[in-house]
Amino acid sequence: MPKIKMPRKSTLIDMTAMCDVAFLLLTFFMLATKFKPDEPVAVVTPSSINTQLLPDSDVILLTVDKDGRVFFSMDGQPKRKQLIEDLNTNFKLGLEDKEIRNFMVGSSVGTDFKNLKKVLDMTADERKNSKVETGIPMDSTNNELAIWIDYARSAQVATVGNANKLKYCIKADNDTPYPVIKKILDTFKEKKIQKLNLVTNLEAKPAGSAAAIFEQQEQDKQ
Amino acid sequence: MAEMDTSSKGGGKHDKGTKSKKLSTRVDMTPMVDLGFLLITFFMLTTTMSKPKTMDLIMPKETEKEEEQNKVKESTALTILLGKKDQVYYYEGLAQDPNASSNPDFFKATTFSNTSGIRDVIIKKRDEVARLRNYKGEPEDVVVIIKADDGSTYKNFVDLLDEMAINRIQRYATVDISDQDKQWIKSTETSNGIQ
Repeated sequence: MPKIKMPRKSTLIDMTAMCDVAFLLLTFFMLATKFKPDEPVAVVTPSSINTQLLPDSDVILLTVDKDGRVFFSMDGQPKRKQLIEDLNTNFKLGLEDKEIRNFMVGSSVGTDFKNLKKVLDMTADERKNSKVETGIPMDSTNNELAIWIDYARSAQVATVGNANKLKYCIKADNDTPYPVIKKILDTFKEKKIQKLNLVTNLEAKPAGSAAAIFEQQEQDKQ
Repeated sequence: MAEMDTSSKGGGKHDKGTKSKKLSTRVDMTPMVDLGFLLITFFMLTTTMSKPKTMDLIMPKETEKEEEQNKVKESTALTILLGKKDQVYYYEGLAQDPNASSNPDFFKATTFSNTSGIRDVIIKKRDEVARLRNYKGEPEDVVVIIKADDGSTYKNFVDLLDEMAINRIQRYATVDISDQDKQWIKSTETSNGIQ
């Protein structure tokens, strides 16, 4: 009986499919990665156990850096356009098209109205190094933050229809002095806006605390 | 193994003639896959999918009318004050009783540390108040009054609000600090040697 020789199967596998998957994922990640827009100031927010997400749309964001400078920003280019045009006509800022465009596509602004033209004239890099942006004034005699909020609300009404959906977020640095925060809160209070959102980072709930126990109970129910 | 038919002949023409030896056009894809996955892992690790979270802050209404203001009982209240250098001060009640507040042990200082800090104070007070009964016979809720002094930072403020969430305190309010409170903080700071 001659032995029947079993032909050896090669151990080479076809890698084409694997390669396809790899590159599909790669392209997905490359396309889905959005780089953060360049913020004028670096802010390190404190952490909390809250898990509520920062809303994407209809947001007014006030950024406060550690020196207590307040920057204003709003989402949506049409809204920003409306806002800056209203401010331009009512406060006679004398902005030109280029500056209006700059505000539309830019990030936060933190300056008083008289320097707004100068600030919007600069490029992002120039703004970072310039000392012009000293934050939005919030003194009781000259509360420009209140004006910004008012105009933002009316821009929201003009473009979306009503301002009830607007969320007001405060993103402040760990070392921001409390009096600055208090001024902002008081400004909102005067405007009869009571619901605010503070932007924080996520941290774990401490073990054994009431919140952690409650979360455990909720999970057990499901 | 499924093999790709790389011949350009259309249709399955199986000629049983002599087979010309064709060099395989298959390329070893392994390094390509390696590279692909390397890039993917790099992107996955550098991409932060996490979005910033937010914390709700509901400010109390400004009311001038007496009857609209929420009355807080002295027995269910805990007042927490934020000072400079991450210091926390607290006293039980609302400091409306001069006899109680003249007691040297009335005004206490603590820190944000996880153990024997402000958290334990809040928990202790919460459980004490839960043993009290209101006129309907239901357990009372503790009310925390938060007062931040000018020397405190935003971080202290958020940390304290976070403590409220951690210990599930339902009722708390941020209130303006009084001159009396400032004076207490000042004298406590001098005695504790905080500049």
